[in-house]
Amino acid sequence: MSVAAYPLIADWVGTDGSRLVIRTGKVDIGQRISTALTQIAHEELAVPLDLIDVAPVRTGHAPDEGITSGSNSIEQSGHALRCAAATLRDRIIALAIARFGGDRGDWQIADGILHLPGINHRCGVIDLIDKIPADATVDPDVEFRSRLGPSPKPGMRGLADMVCGRFVYVHDLDFPGMLHARVIHPPQVNARLAELKTAAVGDLEGKGFRVVRDGSFLAIAGPHEWPVVQAALALANACVWDVGTGLPEGDVFLQLNPKNAQRFEVIDGIPQIGAVPDRLVKPDISARYERSYQMHAALGPSAALAKWDGQKLTVHSHSQGIYPLRDSIADSLSLDPAQVEITHTPGSGCYGHNGADDAAFEAALIAMSLPNCPILLKWSREDEHGWEPYAPAMAVELAARIAEGRITAYSVEVFSDTHRGRPRPGANRAGPAKLLANRFRAAAVPPHPAQPNMGRHAGMHRNLDPIYAFPDKRLIKNLVTGMAHRTSAMRTLGAAANIFALESFLDEIACQNGADRLEFRRTHLTDPLALAVLDELGRRIDRRPDLAESAGRGMAYAQYKNQMTRVGVCVDVEVNDRAEVRLGHAIIVADAGRVIDAEGLSAQLEGGLIQAASWALHEEVTWDRDGVTSRNWESYPVIRFDNIPTIDIAILDRPDAPSLGAGEASSGPVVAAIANAIFDAVGIRMRRIPFTPDAIRKAAAMDEADCGSTPSV
Amino acid sequence: MTLTLRINGEARNVTSDPDTPLIYVLRDELKLKGTKLGCGLEQCGACAVLVDGVSLPSCVSPAGTFEGREITTIEGIQAHETGRRVQAAFIAESAAQCGYCTAGLVVATTSLLDQNESPDHDAIVLALNPHLCRCGSHPRVLKAVIRAARP
Repeated sequence: MSVAAYPLIADWVGTDGSRLVIRTGKVDIGQRISTALTQIAHEELAVPLDLIDVAPVRTGHAPDEGITSGSNSIEQSGHALRCAAATLRDRIIALAIARFGGDRGDWQIADGILHLPGINHRCGVIDLIDKIPADATVDPDVEFRSRLGPSPKPGMRGLADMVCGRFVYVHDLDFPGMLHARVIHPPQVNARLAELKTAAVGDLEGKGFRVVRDGSFLAIAGPHEWPVVQAALALANACVWDVGTGLPEGDVFLQLNPKNAQRFEVIDGIPQIGAVPDRLVKPDISARYERSYQMHAALGPSAALAKWDGQKLTVHSHSQGIYPLRDSIADSLSLDPAQVEITHTPGSGCYGHNGADDAAFEAALIAMSLPNCPILLKWSREDEHGWEPYAPAMAVELAARIAEGRITAYSVEVFSDTHRGRPRPGANRAGPAKLLANRFRAAAVPPHPAQPNMGRHAGMHRNLDPIYAFPDKRLIKNLVTGMAHRTSAMRTLGAAANIFALESFLDEIACQNGADRLEFRRTHLTDPLALAVLDELGRRIDRRPDLAESAGRGMAYAQYKNQMTRVGVCVDVEVNDRAEVRLGHAIIVADAGRVIDAEGLSAQLEGGLIQAASWALHEEVTWDRDGVTSRNWESYPVIRFDNIPTIDIAILDRPDAPSLGAGEASSGPVVAAIANAIFDAVGIRMRRIPFTPDAIRKAAAMDEADCGSTPSV
Repeated sequence: MTLTLRINGEARNVTSDPDTPLIYVLRDELKLKGTKLGCGLEQCGACAVLVDGVSLPSCVSPAGTFEGREITTIEGIQAHETGRRVQAAFIAESAAQCGYCTAGLVVATTSLLDQNESPDHDAIVLALNPHLCRCGSHPRVLKAVIRAARP
């Protein structure tokens, strides 16, 4: 809990004498958290939005809020800030009463002014805040200002600079004496540098480039970027790699089975140590759903700037976790954490643990070898696609018994490698072990075998526990480690695959039993807020014109982490004669509690939908023995403007309820809704993501073989 | 050897090798950092600039091939009536999340509307399809293009 760790008002909000300054440990990655935090401060303190700043998120200055992930920022930083700002409001009103009299209820606060009507006393809120003692503490039980009227729509911070090309990303930093750098990564993770041709290195050094080598970690730097890009190619050609065993080429979906797994029963969202219960006896229906390895694939490759002055290492990074990264880098370089300062500087959208942290450490390694030179390292597109930690391949096996149109027993087993690859300090140098370059240095720190994440609704078992009231549940987590690729957190972690599986399975059962798909879900729900979401979804579906003959409609429902934003989704698709899925109209109904930034909330729900559609239809990491083969946007295609659905969004605002995290809430149900819509359109059940034309044709052929029926595609 | 490029209405002498892809000259030598590098492979559209009014990627073609042509980067779009309208429309529709694709999309939209002030959906998609966005701001970008177009 953020307030417990940082109990002072000044930890969260203060002034610079003329403007309100918010302090947060959560970083803005395009999800508009800084816009939402500004709105929260504005709501509680009535300071105009254009007089509110968000302090740079920098180690040693910002509160340590761990990692910006899990849709937690509104519920953690947002809640802490609201408590701090509301406490501050109470304190400044008390101060005004002490000075000028009046009753608490008489003082009005608006437009940055505290005002006692009838008497001509007007006090600036910012002036009063400066008179509050620095050691004043946050009252965690303080009453918030209630909101009347429509949900707020603050302008997005940074947007005007983005459309003018003025918004500064880490890629744009420019310091005197700065060197551009590139890393020469191995062909694949098991390769090691056997020989570096000294003549070529001498030639490059003769041209003024600086070559940095530590074991199999190899980098080059120089004053101008394009010459460095070319020199990196020349240096790559001077490398002789021992390719070792290469990448394993076995079928990952065969590896995802109980024999290879550490198994845990999950009760109430928490994995349990001990024997797992036996399989469901004689289920009426069972099915297995899978997701391929996928990547974050940020539009801008990862980058970082680092400078070592002999005492202090200064780093600019778009990492989502500057404190854990600081400690991991310090440990890797045998520095005191106080010697490392990391400032969050924007990168392109990351959607989880991408190459940001690895690039930051690589920049630091280069900087340590070239003291007093700011080093701006950028990964290439090939680096990003080939070396970011991927979202693990997953499998979800479901079984159920059905009686009188209801599910009476339910079993689910999820199989996955770890979703927790972020560098964080821990036993046995856990932080360094998770920074890519440490595998290649002369004093290598090899990766640890992944440990099971035993957190509540965490990792692969996020949304494993069905939100439906099934009477007899058996939930099993299967951790399979040591698979083909390094993996880590990607938007929703296991939830997308688990929700895809459950919501597809419900669709299959409803279809087999001739039940209405919406009503079948309603039958198994008891949460009135969930029912309200589905009711609104149903009303909106009813208002849609009838589907074309060739089209299909699918729906799904989920509550992210079983405790955050509730989302119902409906997607219309057509499957054309090339077996391509064309997205038509989509409906999202969401309940995120109290809405802070309606536009930002919609943008997250829409963005989650589009990204999930891209996962569902296109995305799959490919590789062979020699390395990852999906290294650019042709070999790793993603959704483009020619397949964007129209989207109708309904947000069920509850101004008196707490605000709930929403950044990952729509993605899981979208994948399922698309699969269900494909089935509705052409009668083909897609059980492995992505649903590419090839996959759809193969599934159609399998259905034909199974049933002798004529598939539609 | 110097190269003279016309950028945002000014003649600029540059010392980079003429074989340098244009984007590195813009960003590294001229410090015009609004243009973004996404792939260096002409696959993602992040690096688009206007060349004689047409949106083109700048990440592969050598700077020397742009001599004698009028280059407008995102920094110069504001001097352009259509460009200002496009920027205002992107702001009005909140048509960005992380913003890394935004410069390229503003450039592409400006080019489209200069050539066709009332494009239909197919024309818009054709113009924007070379551009990737990973945050999923597409629906808002499409609305922004329509907002900036003449009815």
